[in-house]
Amino acid sequence: MHTNKYTFIYAAVLTIIAALLLAFAAEGLKPQQQVNIILEKKANILKAARIDVSDKSKLSDLYNSSVEEVVIDASGNPKDGLSAFNLNLKDELSKPDSERSLPLYIFEKEDGKKIYILPLHGVGLWGPIWGFISIEDDFNTIYGANFDHKGETPGLGAEISTTMFSDQFPEKKLYEGESQEVSLKVVKFGTGKDIPAEYRVDGISGGTITTVGTSNMIRDCIALYQPYFGKIKTTPIPQQNPRDNSGGTTIDTSGVLEN
Amino acid sequence: MSTEVQSATVIKAPSEPLFSKKNIKVLKDPLSDNNPVTVQVLGICSALAVTTQVMPSLIMAISVIFVSAFSNLIISAIRNGIPNRIRIIVQLVVIATLVTLVDQVLKAYMYDVSKKLSVFVGLIITNCIIMGRLEAFAMQKKPWPSFLDGIGSGAGYGLVLLFIGVFRELFGSGSLMGYKIVPDWAYEMGYVNNGLMMLPPAALFLIGIYIWIQRSLNKSLVNVS
Repeated sequence: MHTNKYTFIYAAVLTIIAALLLAFAAEGLKPQQQVNIILEKKANILKAARIDVSDKSKLSDLYNSSVEEVVIDASGNPKDGLSAFNLNLKDELSKPDSERSLPLYIFEKEDGKKIYILPLHGVGLWGPIWGFISIEDDFNTIYGANFDHKGETPGLGAEISTTMFSDQFPEKKLYEGESQEVSLKVVKFGTGKDIPAEYRVDGISGGTITTVGTSNMIRDCIALYQPYFGKIKTTPIPQQNPRDNSGGTTIDTSGVLEN
Repeated sequence: MSTEVQSATVIKAPSEPLFSKKNIKVLKDPLSDNNPVTVQVLGICSALAVTTQVMPSLIMAISVIFVSAFSNLIISAIRNGIPNRIRIIVQLVVIATLVTLVDQVLKAYMYDVSKKLSVFVGLIITNCIIMGRLEAFAMQKKPWPSFLDGIGSGAGYGLVLLFIGVFRELFGSGSLMGYKIVPDWAYEMGYVNNGLMMLPPAALFLIGIYIWIQRSLNKSLVNVS
């Protein structure tokens, strides 16, 4: 039998050795882990713009060359001095309206059209859900979307992260008629027949709460950006023709962004 | 007192070959007749959770082999100095350190897989297989046989994981290691992936079938566990 003194010293020495070892390992591997986290976020943003991100080596270059990061405040004015990429929508949502800084990513397609990519953050059944949704420059048509979750039920709610679910979003419309609130809803298959098909996305059977959470998340998060989109839209461009690039949309848009 | 017995045997057989029959048996037993999952029925939790695809199963298997081999080696090397009253804590510290290392390395170099494995890498700490081997084997035996026993136990666990992973990915997603196996025409003709395979109960059924086959082939295992 070992003495108490021996036992204590043994425990202390062992703990210190283990702690030192882990501290060195964690510090040493941290840069590489950060790279992975940043790369994943970039991949998710590009995925929302329907870009194939399977080639990880080109991902970062592609992102840097094609995505413009913008930060806006709650009333839709651009904010300077902040990096959109480092902002966390979850943190911003917990702040009062006036202090919010909202990240926005603008992707320019090869044909010069701009795609606006918005981060999303909401609540599922078991925990947070999030994603990115991209909107065409008419601020009404969805271009792409992708979702992820912390711990939704595998096979049910967790299916929101599959392409089977997110592929339904492109070409859907946000606003019905003159409505100021997002009309798009994710609903149970077979219900919501009164909602026209272009404002309706099929939810996931057995994942109703996650589905409703996704629907609410899209409605609430897009609403945050409405003032900004309203400002771009009301710049002197003929509103009936917002897709017409020759009309000066691009010039006016960038003018607003640089202010 | 086990120390004295140990040193006595050391003197009697000072130069046992590295891969003697006894050591090979230590390495191979957990793969079949003494499999930690199907015979000792340990480590079932993670076997249900991580086996929806082959790749996470494989990485999980390698992680467990690494942790069980090196925790066995380390504990065996310091077994004579471990104060008996805190031996479980000492074992846990060693296991937890190794598991955390594995977790950090996976996060740095295999980020996608580490996301799929999520909490289950951390939960290797509570995997009964590893602590069981430390208590039952490494605390009494010399480092080299302990190391082999660790590899064997981890591999026995990994073998079952891969078996389940192959079936679940093939029938649940129609692919293996992410490569499509079931051709498109099969889907066009009405073939549907089995959704049950994606859920944990499927793994339980598969382990049951594995145990059934194993015991039919080796009658001596019946009623052993």
